[in-house]
Amino acid sequence: MNTFFQLFVSGLATGSIYALAAIGFTLLWQASQTINFAQGEFIMLPAFFVLAGTQFLGLSFPVAMAIAVVLSLLLLGLGFKRIIIDPLLPHGVLPIVIATIALGILMKEGVKQFYTAEALPFPALFSDRTLNVLGAAISVQDIAVLLIALGAVALLQLFLNGTKIGRCMQATAQNPNVAEILGVPVRRMILYTFLINAGLAFLASILISPIYLAKFSNGETLGLIAFIAAIVGGFNQIRGALAGGLLLGVIDNLSAAYVSASYRSAVPLILLIIIILVRPQGLLGKAEGRTV
Amino acid sequence: MSKHTLATLVAGLAILILLPFTQSNYGVFVLCSWLVYSISAMGLNLTLGYAGQVSLAQASFMGIGAYTTALMTMAGVPWPAAMIAAMVLCFVIGFLLGYPALRVQHHFLAFITLAFNALVVLMLRNEEWLTGGTYGIVGIPRPELFGLQTQKPLAFYFFVLALFVLMAVALYAIIRSPWGRAFKALRENPIRANSLGVDIRKTTLLAFAIGSSYGGLAGSLLAQLTQFIDPHSFGLTISLKVLLMVIVGGAGFFFGPILGALLIVLAPEFLRFTEGYYLMIYATLVIVLMVFCPTGLLGLVERGRTALKLRQNPNATTWEAGR
Repeated sequence: MNTFFQLFVSGLATGSIYALAAIGFTLLWQASQTINFAQGEFIMLPAFFVLAGTQFLGLSFPVAMAIAVVLSLLLLGLGFKRIIIDPLLPHGVLPIVIATIALGILMKEGVKQFYTAEALPFPALFSDRTLNVLGAAISVQDIAVLLIALGAVALLQLFLNGTKIGRCMQATAQNPNVAEILGVPVRRMILYTFLINAGLAFLASILISPIYLAKFSNGETLGLIAFIAAIVGGFNQIRGALAGGLLLGVIDNLSAAYVSASYRSAVPLILLIIIILVRPQGLLGKAEGRTV
Repeated sequence: MSKHTLATLVAGLAILILLPFTQSNYGVFVLCSWLVYSISAMGLNLTLGYAGQVSLAQASFMGIGAYTTALMTMAGVPWPAAMIAAMVLCFVIGFLLGYPALRVQHHFLAFITLAFNALVVLMLRNEEWLTGGTYGIVGIPRPELFGLQTQKPLAFYFFVLALFVLMAVALYAIIRSPWGRAFKALRENPIRANSLGVDIRKTTLLAFAIGSSYGGLAGSLLAQLTQFIDPHSFGLTISLKVLLMVIVGGAGFFFGPILGALLIVLAPEFLRFTEGYYLMIYATLVIVLMVFCPTGLLGLVERGRTALKLRQNPNATTWEAGR
């Protein structure tokens, strides 16, 4: 029972990072029907910005972090939208799928070629002490990660529901044409969405890198799991993506311990297939209008 | 088919027959893999280009085809039976996997097929008693034709070429048949197709299943070509590669995937001097291509042709000038 509780909590912690990635994914989908297959690499990259800042430029950790945030917003937010999504959007979903897959490869190979293929340690933000909770050893890091990720999601929800810009963004997500008529600057709202996605990716990156080490190939599994989380939870709902992320984190951790280790990665995939077949809108999602 | 097209086709076939004689063994190997991937891409083109269903699982069908052929021929089953079994198995699995296509479409289908591909690779890797796990299967025999061994590269090339031509002709017949027209109607406008009496359910499933069986055949040929298979050869990257072939050449154009396969198979050979930067250059090229011609190269040719016709006859609408 104690091991179960331990696995459950650390599952929630990694799950909350999956949730950050999944939420960014759903935001982009709502704002501009963009499926970003490079989402995993978006989370892999910012940690390397920080490492490059501290190792090559000799910056202190906080300064490197600040520069990395700006770089992430510029490259993964603004640059991604302007250079790749804007020209491709009129051509439909498929070219975007292909182009973002290629972008993922480009980022992964870029880090490998210009930085390193080694897994690098990333400075821990929190102590790695463990607390004794109900007889189970729970690490402080797991708790902190969980709290920060949930706090970020809560802030995002407050922003979307409580501020004028947030409401304009929601209006854009629901129906860009009507929003435009009502005087919402739709293009700027879409840009904000891309910036938020980049910000969430940065946060996920610095939360997960101390646990998993910073490695060029980190994006591969992360991206896939984030998509599965978004779809399982309901990919047109932020709370769906949150629930999906947490659920997958827990399932992933538990199945590694209790199901066969070699079929561990099959569990989320099977869950994905079942969900799409039984409830395509996801556990918490609303059904979207379908043509057929 | 006009006389002009026929002449081009005969010339093309003549080149394909003569070309390998000028090549080294390695050159013949590259040509063979181009033909094999072309068959796989032709199948995906039927699913994607004609029936409009996005599939990211073509490599898993190649895998199923390759392992079926390898295991059966090595157990002593004659090769025609093994290869037909591979195609039939892929047809059936494609048919079953196509069922989700009835419930979900577009990006959802892309994710389901993506998950399916990952599951197949996992099984190939984990079921060591059958598939040899990560070590794969070595020493797959090449077929024997009328007492003639295809062990030599050149002989095997002609074997592959013959099957390639056969499958291309079959595909052409399918596209020209009422079924093929139903596929196209389904892609252009599913609701209208339905109102005109096209059975969406049956048509989609068939397109998926036939496309998959093409993948199965390509896999069986790949197993005989390389004589070694492992789960890695049928991963998601390979599915993306085949998808890219269809898109680069031009989805929905008959010769699109064949042209696309040529470019994707040859690209590594031309970019070899770039060494570690190869994948980066490749990815950049793909992004540039998607931005500037998302309909693929043949789509670009078609656009140019339409523009030319419009210039000659400015009063014609785009539709009259040939769409």
